[in-house]
Amino acid sequence: MSEKHLRTMVMIRRFEERCAELYAAQKIRGFVHLYVGEEAVATGVIGTLEHQDAIVSTYREHGHALARGVPATAVMAEMFGKAEGCSHGRGGSMHLFDVSRRFYGGNAIVGGGLPPAVGLALAETPFGRAALGERPAAVVVCFFGEGAVAEGEFHESLNLAALWKLPVLFCCENNLYAMGTALRRSEAETDLALKASSYHVPAWTVDGMDVEAVAVAARAAVTMVRAGGGPAFLELRTYRFRAHSMYDPERYRTKDEVARWRELDPIPRHIAHLGLDDAAVAALEADVASEIDEAVAFAEAGTLEPVEQLTRWVLSDPATPFATITGTQP
Amino acid sequence: MTSPPSSTATSPPTTAANAAGPSVLTYREAIREALREALEADPRVFLMGEDVGAYGGCFAVSLGLLEEFGPERVRDTPLSESAFVGAGIGAAMAGLRPIVEIMTVNFSLLALDQILNNAATLLHMSGGQCAVPLVIRMATGAGRQLAAQHSHSLEGWYAHIPGLRVVTPASIADARWMLPAALASPDPVLIFEHGGLYNLSGTLSQGDGPVDLDTASVLRAGEDLTLLTYGGSVAKASSAAETLAALGVSAEVIDLRSLRPLDDATILASVRRTHRAMVVDEGWRSGGISAEISARITEGAFYDLDAPVSRVCGAEVPVPYARHLEEAALPQVADIVTAAQALVGGHG
Repeated sequence: MSEKHLRTMVMIRRFEERCAELYAAQKIRGFVHLYVGEEAVATGVIGTLEHQDAIVSTYREHGHALARGVPATAVMAEMFGKAEGCSHGRGGSMHLFDVSRRFYGGNAIVGGGLPPAVGLALAETPFGRAALGERPAAVVVCFFGEGAVAEGEFHESLNLAALWKLPVLFCCENNLYAMGTALRRSEAETDLALKASSYHVPAWTVDGMDVEAVAVAARAAVTMVRAGGGPAFLELRTYRFRAHSMYDPERYRTKDEVARWRELDPIPRHIAHLGLDDAAVAALEADVASEIDEAVAFAEAGTLEPVEQLTRWVLSDPATPFATITGTQP
Repeated sequence: MTSPPSSTATSPPTTAANAAGPSVLTYREAIREALREALEADPRVFLMGEDVGAYGGCFAVSLGLLEEFGPERVRDTPLSESAFVGAGIGAAMAGLRPIVEIMTVNFSLLALDQILNNAATLLHMSGGQCAVPLVIRMATGAGRQLAAQHSHSLEGWYAHIPGLRVVTPASIADARWMLPAALASPDPVLIFEHGGLYNLSGTLSQGDGPVDLDTASVLRAGEDLTLLTYGGSVAKASSAAETLAALGVSAEVIDLRSLRPLDDATILASVRRTHRAMVVDEGWRSGGISAEISARITEGAFYDLDAPVSRVCGAEVPVPYARHLEEAALPQVADIVTAAQALVGGHG
């Protein structure tokens, strides 16, 4: 279990480091937002989920997708804009989707994923369960950054989920900066758990740099939410080691601050916790490297969607029935 | 129990259909009947919006449905347009069939992020994985002295967006039958109900049934010009056509029914016969749906035209409150008649 956490975190870290190289090599274009430093959050939270649970994520979602088991090949091919990508080249880095794993994508409008997450949870109400058939109780996990708490959609969605007692776990990844705007410069009340509590949503603040702490908190929260009492909220205090995106000169924070947070790097911390020796770590690194090599080779070899397919999926293809909660399970 | 009216009680029934008779109902009741039928027929269907339940709907469309179907399937929401429209999107992705009611088109702007960035976009952005079979109903249009934040006609804006279907029921039959067609669509459908039509009364034939969401309807055949319109302006255009007929001008009237997609084939076929076209639209002229229709006619039937395409649109002002000002801001029958005479007059 714990070594699985380590492998997931190392996979996310090395995958993204490779993405940065491939960006420099112009194989990947557009906006790319790296999760480096925040791996313990996706790993700890998503590791507690069952296959029937749903995830809504943000534009910084490579880590969430990989932790959910979206194949690295399909994620990398998406970054390359290839037809074999997990969104058929329509989404790119910010919009990874895999409905077969109930991964409802990266949403690049800050706060925009919260309302659909609430709606996905409506399928878990008594009428939704009656309408869609008997199945294991599902939890919807919605990731968003602390910048989203300034959006109206945050407040509307927490209120609605609490009012209707819907099984949503709101996971706020507080990395302290909404792009370059520090939380204290944008919020009159910086206690995020307090904000959630004001909607009668049980809320906890967790050390997001410690994968074990995240997993413990997430397991407790998911269990509670699955039992049907309504939503819960986790503030996961974390830090992004790298720039906001590939275009960020980082004028808004000091090198000292970044260095202090790097000392809390969740990967060495977890290696120490597990007491792994260098050989074990090297073997894990080699295993991860080979999976990433395979992903890059898959993406390189991928095909370009024919331009004739440009307008496909603007509306549904009547010949291709769409997946629903009852239609697909991982 | 009420007694049958004596006039029908004494008439001998002929056929089963005649015995039941065509039902007379209002536009509001037709939508309610469609909602009731959908809620009865499909357990995945639910209605959600502000005051749809205990209040009975802002325009009394959903009156009685809460009592009939309960609060889980007729859901009163907080005043959180973005959250409940987005929740409809999520519910649709999960396999439910939500019908979301937004009180008026002006309020829909609070949910524009969800409608454009999610509902219209998710299917394509996910490479075909996330269909959003969502129906959004909202009131649109002016004519009730509700001033500038309850009266606009923004359906043309929504018709700009790929990934959406935009329909505008103008008849009792469409009020009754567009909803089941919208629910059968795997894609998001926006139904714009003109606020001035809720009290419209008419008959629904027993034989009426599901309609399509793609085609325009030729309401009146004519030879001298084609009046293209939709929603709240359909009755005005029809009335203008009556007046024009008395003046010796034969106007064809087309109810567009759908603003996205536009039924180019029906529009162009008519214009090629009449050689003159006028678009009547309560929305603003600049950048409006009337401009799009005019452009398509120019692109597709330029050499069949005997005159430039004409437009009668809402005045370019926020809709004012005072009755005379509001009337002046909207296309009126007399405006259509005058413009039509000018269109045919110079080239008769």
